[in-house]
Amino acid sequence: MKVDLTVNGKDITADVEDRMLLVHFLRDVADLTATNVGCDTTSCGACTVLLDGESVKSCTVLAAQASGHDITTIEGLATNGEMHPVQRAFHQEHGLQCGFCTPGMVMAIASLLKENPHPTEEQVRSGLEGNLCRCTGYHNIVRAALAAAEVSS
Amino acid sequence: MSILGTRVIRTEDPRLLTAGGVYVDDLRTPELDGAARLTFVRSPVAHARITGIDTSEAMSEPGVIAVLTVRDMDDLAPPPPDDGAGGGEGGPLPLGGPWSEPLLAVDTVRFVGEPVALVITDGRYQGEDAADLVSVDYEPLPAVVGPAAAVTDEALLFPAAGTNVAVTNPVSTDDTPFGACEVVVEQDIVNQRLACLPMEGRATAATFEGGKLTVWHSSQNAQLCRLILCGALGMTPDQIRVVVPDVGGGFGAKVGIDRDALVVAWAARKTGRALRWTETRSENLVGMTQGRAQLHHVKIGGNRDGKILAYRIEIIQDTGAYPRTGGFLPGLTCLMAPGVYDIPEVQAGFRVVVTNATPIHAYRGAGRPEAAAAIERAVDLFAAEIGMDPAEVRRRNFVAPDKFPFQTKTGALYDSGQYAEALDKVLAAAGYEELRKEQERRRASGDVRQLGIGVSTYVEITAADAAAGETAKLEVSDDGTATVYTGSSPHGQGHETAWAMLVQDELGIPMDKVTVIHGDTDLVPIGVGTHASRSLQLGGSAVQKAAIEVKDEARRQAADILEAAEADVVLDTVTGLWQVRGDPDTSLNWAQVAGHASGGSLIADVSFAADMPTFPFGAHVSVVEVDTETGKVTLLRHVTVDDAGPVLNPVLAEGQRHGGIAQGAAQALLEEVLYDADGNPLTSTLADYAAITAAELPSYELVESETPTTLNPLGVKGIGEAGTIGSTPAIQNAVVDAVAHLGVRHIDMPTTPQRVWTAINEARKASNQ
Amino acid sequence: MIPSSFTYKRAGSAEEALDLAAEHGEDAKFLAGGHSLLPLMKLRLAAPEVIIDLGGLRDLSYVTDQGSYVAIGALTRHHDVEHSEVLGREVPLLAYAAGQVGDPQIRHRGTIGGSIAHADPASDLPAVLLALDATVVARGADGAREIGIGEFFQSLFETALEPDELLTEIRVPKPAFGAWSFQKFTQRAIDWAIVGCAVQDGHVALVNMGGTPLRAAATEAALAGGASPAEAAAHAAEGTSAADDIRATRAYREHLARVLVSRALTEANSRS
Repeated sequence: MKVDLTVNGKDITADVEDRMLLVHFLRDVADLTATNVGCDTTSCGACTVLLDGESVKSCTVLAAQASGHDITTIEGLATNGEMHPVQRAFHQEHGLQCGFCTPGMVMAIASLLKENPHPTEEQVRSGLEGNLCRCTGYHNIVRAALAAAEVSS
Repeated sequence: MSILGTRVIRTEDPRLLTAGGVYVDDLRTPELDGAARLTFVRSPVAHARITGIDTSEAMSEPGVIAVLTVRDMDDLAPPPPDDGAGGGEGGPLPLGGPWSEPLLAVDTVRFVGEPVALVITDGRYQGEDAADLVSVDYEPLPAVVGPAAAVTDEALLFPAAGTNVAVTNPVSTDDTPFGACEVVVEQDIVNQRLACLPMEGRATAATFEGGKLTVWHSSQNAQLCRLILCGALGMTPDQIRVVVPDVGGGFGAKVGIDRDALVVAWAARKTGRALRWTETRSENLVGMTQGRAQLHHVKIGGNRDGKILAYRIEIIQDTGAYPRTGGFLPGLTCLMAPGVYDIPEVQAGFRVVVTNATPIHAYRGAGRPEAAAAIERAVDLFAAEIGMDPAEVRRRNFVAPDKFPFQTKTGALYDSGQYAEALDKVLAAAGYEELRKEQERRRASGDVRQLGIGVSTYVEITAADAAAGETAKLEVSDDGTATVYTGSSPHGQGHETAWAMLVQDELGIPMDKVTVIHGDTDLVPIGVGTHASRSLQLGGSAVQKAAIEVKDEARRQAADILEAAEADVVLDTVTGLWQVRGDPDTSLNWAQVAGHASGGSLIADVSFAADMPTFPFGAHVSVVEVDTETGKVTLLRHVTVDDAGPVLNPVLAEGQRHGGIAQGAAQALLEEVLYDADGNPLTSTLADYAAITAAELPSYELVESETPTTLNPLGVKGIGEAGTIGSTPAIQNAVVDAVAHLGVRHIDMPTTPQRVWTAINEARKASNQ
Repeated sequence: MIPSSFTYKRAGSAEEALDLAAEHGEDAKFLAGGHSLLPLMKLRLAAPEVIIDLGGLRDLSYVTDQGSYVAIGALTRHHDVEHSEVLGREVPLLAYAAGQVGDPQIRHRGTIGGSIAHADPASDLPAVLLALDATVVARGADGAREIGIGEFFQSLFETALEPDELLTEIRVPKPAFGAWSFQKFTQRAIDWAIVGCAVQDGHVALVNMGGTPLRAAATEAALAGGASPAEAAAHAAEGTSAADDIRATRAYREHLARVLVSRALTEANSRS
């Protein structure tokens, strides 16, 4: 079937299997490989992107469902070559090590801060209960989220 | 002022944060254009004879290129026999003979997830469809579930071996030393099986073109992959190139190249097709090697004044369906059994048993977390028995600071340590006295939410393979840039930043002019890789050594250009300029100096090996709250000292400590691989395996401590696994401590609400009798 | 990881959805937020041949104050239920509980209708609606009918919905008092409830104590008879059939039910 998505501001039309998952559309059709697949039970959040500005797990959305909608991946987060405050904060605070969970983590936090610009540490931690990281122990990810919130205010 | 020891954010990050890392499944290299997808058919049963495989339906599916089984492996030699000696970390399938592990199952499957066949399809999606259509007939055999059952030898995995016990290192059963003790405590302890769970699972791509095999693999050691591939496929190193791109976590499970990935490489050669394989998480949770899985019986004896006189640990190591690492892991556990304590009599031994479960291999700490967990639990049990504060008991038994280098009863030589100081620092930072007072208040008022305070003091062995060393080649070019070719294999540790810091420090070439290359056997043909917390002490030392050699040669070149004596030529490492001492008009930059050298660049190609491993150490205090009505545990605070010598870059070191603490906490509180009575995995998805999240953890409190070693020029030890080793016992001890006043003496890990509640109930029942 | 092949149909309206359902019968499943159905399909535990996507039915996403009750469109996402001003004011139990479902990403997709139609007894919202005495509206080819929540959940993953019926609205009567509490016991924040409990004005409903959400009838009777929270809670596990699984034994679940109900009743009292 034909699907028509706007990804990082660019329209992409493609003929795909009805069962194609949004995450594979992004990786294999749109050639945006930053968004990763980390599990098969909607548990890990590595595949998190923004759909119409809100965080979703792209492994549990069909490309067909996303047809006609706006998708933002981490590749589209920076504007005019300037990193988004969350990206910058991750760099400053050492919020990533191997980087595999990072795109999903960054998009989840970007969405969190949009909805709650001044979260407490507890709110950040519970907001990230659907995003797994194995390297950082989350300490600096939380610091990055709070630092990004600080900067944006 | 040196850049070493300062906080430097990572050079790796801008790329990772904007374009994303390039992991194996992301590769868009032209060689993999049009690559087909490989999907495994795996055993759904734990132990069975294969009585038939029908591939015809799968073959007739659209998009299916090939369906292969062991019958197609006629181009491989059978596995070599072996005299029974165990393999080392990262070694190829080591125990041959009756314990042989084939690449694809031959006539028997021994764990759920064992690869039996594979399908090759045009597309990713067709792979799962086709794999579902491969029909395999299984005749079930009795499943051996868990090491306690394995040890009875009632059902055997390898009839030709005649037993399930693959390796034995007998423990002394001499009870005389315990007879001399006023107090003796014994305890069975479970160090449970864990999934390593890197966020990127296993992934491999391979091409075979013009007699050359190229393998892209998510690994911790590119060069070791090549060695293993040579052995498995009967090829020579010049016929194989291994490329390790970005790696999404390893933790020991990605040391070298494993069985499934070897099959991918073989299949690429067999079919002549470029192939890609990326496992799903469900496959990963049964197919990737797992960690820990030891049963302990500990016996600790001492006197009421707090002095420990004797300690015995008997280990049964569950190694899963194939004994890939022989006695390696429990061997390390025995080596580190006494921990930080000076105990006159130490008895340690193990048996390795096979079970119908996923094979076991290294997982962050690899044998040492098990040692620490056992001795720290034993010390707390001893402390409880004699009614002494657990921190005080520890203090009375530390190896004294003036005893280093200290030869332990188990054969380790601890290089340096300040155990009492570490304990004092962490207790002060935690506010130990205040915590005990708060605990007393809650106990007195019968608060439903009780406070538990757990202490651990630990030592661990890093660069256990110090003699193997690490390589570094440094090239300074005539454009003034530097390239480091390192044998280390970072997968999150930040070596690109750290090695660039070392170059800047030694040569004054700014970090943004330093490129670090790793993981490609064409560019770095010799190297050992990143595991065993070895890379800074060995790889970093190698980089520094190469930089010094480059500097020495550069001085010769500069002296030549400046027509001065070598002794009069100096390098300003702040500006990166060479000049005649006291004559700034004679400045030369690196580009000029390198350009003057033959070949137009300065090159040093070195390796650095150390005589011995190093022994970082530390102390953790963990504070938990236990809801005594439900058994639920909340981790409130975690305070640590992790001393691995001078800190090159606090940003990186802290990150390693944080990550280690989280994985250690996960073992103490939540994670466990479970099987049912038939050997079927019960935790094979992330919906069931309780991986720890940010919501279960606090921010950590890290205390600084730097006790150097003399074993390498940087004076450093390894920090990568220390946090994990120290945190698990502190948290487990904290949970027990929270309910000790109710009569609980021990709770096995993970301390789930059900386990804690059961322990409380049983203690209450016992005290009512 | 990948669902088996199916044909995707997008419904532009409720009528079209019902026509498609009638056309494809048992071969078809409705897709709302997809966070109950797609996970099953990805593990190949469900393999419908036709998927009817209801995502375009924006007119089924609403929360409106209807005087004596609050009307919630079946396709209202958990996120919107959680942040609804109307519900925050009139039925805070439901708003709060919706915020406990899954994680933020899941709440941006999952819908209240999708959740209750899936009828997993470990889900949070079915028990909440049971405690609130809600009714649901189902539309079929022959028109709409109301189903009381007590009749709606029939057994494990089974509801009173016919295969050709579409859930369109949930009607929640406004509670007379503000005595509410929601207690969800998990190991990790992200987990399904090991046991949960929803209390509203003396109604007590249990999560994951049987094949469907259950009212703790014995507890309610005790409360009506003047028992204290602790006394009433002692009956919480009566009439339940909790499962034994890797998270908890039946006995432990029964114990948790008693503890949670006691805590919920105490908290509810503090709010009224």
